Amino acid sequence: MTVSEQKKGGDSMTATLDTAAQPEDARSQAGRTRWWTLLLRDRVATAAAVVLLLVVLATTLGQLLIGDLDTKQNLRATNTPPGFGHGWEFVLGSDALGRSVLARLMVAGGTSLSVAVPAVLISLIVGGAWGMWAGYHRGWRENVSMRVADIILSFPSLLLAVVVLYIFSPSAANIVAVLAIARIPVYLRTARAESAELRGRLFVDAARTFGTRSGAVIVRHIAPVVAPTLLTVATVDFCFVMLAESSLSFLGIGIQPPDVSWGLMVAQGRQYLQTAWWTAVFPGLAIVITTVSATLLASWFRLATDPAQRWRLALPRGRRGRRSAPVLPEVTQ
Amino acid sequence: MLTFVRRRIVSSAVPLVVVILGVFCLARLTGDPAKLYLPLSATPQMREDFLARNGFDKPLIEQLWDYLEGLFTLDFGESLRTGQDAAGMALRAFPATLQLAGATMLLAIVGAVLIGSWAAYKPNSLADRLSGLLSMAAASMPDFWFAIMGVLVFAVTLGWLPTSGVVGGPEVWVLPLLTLLIRPFGVLVQVVRGAMVSALSAPYVKVARSKGASEPRVVFGHALRNAAPPVLTVAGDLTVGLVNGAVVVETIFGWPGIGKLMIDSILQRDFAVLQAAVLITAVTIFALNILVDLCHALLDSRVRQAVTA
Repeated sequence: MTVSEQKKGGDSMTATLDTAAQPEDARSQAGRTRWWTLLLRDRVATAAAVVLLLVVLATTLGQLLIGDLDTKQNLRATNTPPGFGHGWEFVLGSDALGRSVLARLMVAGGTSLSVAVPAVLISLIVGGAWGMWAGYHRGWRENVSMRVADIILSFPSLLLAVVVLYIFSPSAANIVAVLAIARIPVYLRTARAESAELRGRLFVDAARTFGTRSGAVIVRHIAPVVAPTLLTVATVDFCFVMLAESSLSFLGIGIQPPDVSWGLMVAQGRQYLQTAWWTAVFPGLAIVITTVSATLLASWFRLATDPAQRWRLALPRGRRGRRSAPVLPEVTQ
Repeated sequence: MLTFVRRRIVSSAVPLVVVILGVFCLARLTGDPAKLYLPLSATPQMREDFLARNGFDKPLIEQLWDYLEGLFTLDFGESLRTGQDAAGMALRAFPATLQLAGATMLLAIVGAVLIGSWAAYKPNSLADRLSGLLSMAAASMPDFWFAIMGVLVFAVTLGWLPTSGVVGGPEVWVLPLLTLLIRPFGVLVQVVRGAMVSALSAPYVKVARSKGASEPRVVFGHALRNAAPPVLTVAGDLTVGLVNGAVVVETIFGWPGIGKLMIDSILQRDFAVLQAAVLITAVTIFALNILVDLCHALLDSRVRQAVTA
């Protein structure tokens, strides 16, 4: 521990105090720049953010550029191996009907993302709020909520998906609903456990003693502490939901042709595994790249939103590995 | 503790009943079995005979009553597909899934605790970053894709392992086990690492070190015990996911487990088998949830007090 680092900790503390004293808009400005610098300091997180941005751009704007290339069949160019010899649209090869794998990847990615993102957001918000409420109040509210979670968790979500498929049309919105319902218990239980533990803490007792209403205690004192955990769960879950959607599509009870998602592409490519491996390999790689960069970005985000861990990101890059953990938090807190 | 178990069982009985009723109703919403089992040219008379033979012509409430009556004598009816006893089919398929899931979770938990603790011991070290990256990749792996790649490389190209089936030596276990293992393992390593990082920077670890406890004792005795509850919760959920959804692995590798049985009976409208399979799975999951709650109480005295009070 050197004097300069002590000083640094002190500086950052005064900086926080200064910004706290500034007017509202100036403070949010300072907050934004700090987020940017924090992100740019972490090479891995920056790379993950760039990759995710590219995936989102390719699946939204990219779709406008390719026109009808994803459905245009070219029977003279079936099962073209990937390479640069056949024009840019066959860079990743073509499938058994001579359709460009690259173009289909873009369209399929759009479908996959438009299922996964809403499903995660819905289950995060509903499950998180419900769980904090149940854990804070305990008693019958907690019991009923936990039993509901047990029911949903032990219910075969495949059955739910099939029922929805047969009764309603197998549209993306219905798959979003199935996945969101199936994942609510995960957030419900995590938030419940944390909030049940937090309600016995001194700062919650203090807030209660001052007459804060239970809703305000949950929003102002419980939610900020639970949020990092919930966000971590949500990112692991974003991967889970994307994989669940692709598994459902792979099994034939998710997205239906002529629509296409990454999971469906793997299923369609599976039968040509020995003759055209690229039709099954690239969609799977696309899933892995997207989910891994989402997880990387989220683990950075968790560090950045956790007051007890944020100091790790503020350190110069070279020193981060070697320093002993417990020194700086005592200075900054 | 016994009162706790008893109370937990009683309160779990209600959801169990809800699941049984829900499956009964939802399965019947998926469509008419007569359309699937009779030829397209079937006359209305043939259709009525088929429905009457299988008891589908009665009102829904009477079918439900028959079903519930059968439950008490452990009679789940007969399969529409094979004519066999439904409970027997489900019970024969269950051990295959249980073995696979049990072996997977055992390997995943032991491996994740070791690697996660190692990574958390020195945050941001090379070991931490490497295991973090690898576990993230593992947790984000589409299992069906991983299985297909495994088959492509090890079965088709290299010829070391069989493509599917359960007959043979230990080599038939390798690909299904790895496929099922990869995601729970990746998730658990991250959870163990996260919980251990905060546990190892807690004041009681400093106290343990200052009173001269050895490093293994500090890590596995003091820190791990406090890091265990979130790991336990996630591991329980992952196991439920395994029991519930080994479908993909069982379909790809032809593993005759409960997941394959379930999806086959859904697609074939084989209601009796579906109900038996779901019931067995639901009972197992409830037992597992109670076990996880008990372990929480054993590990954390604060929870224990809340439970016994």
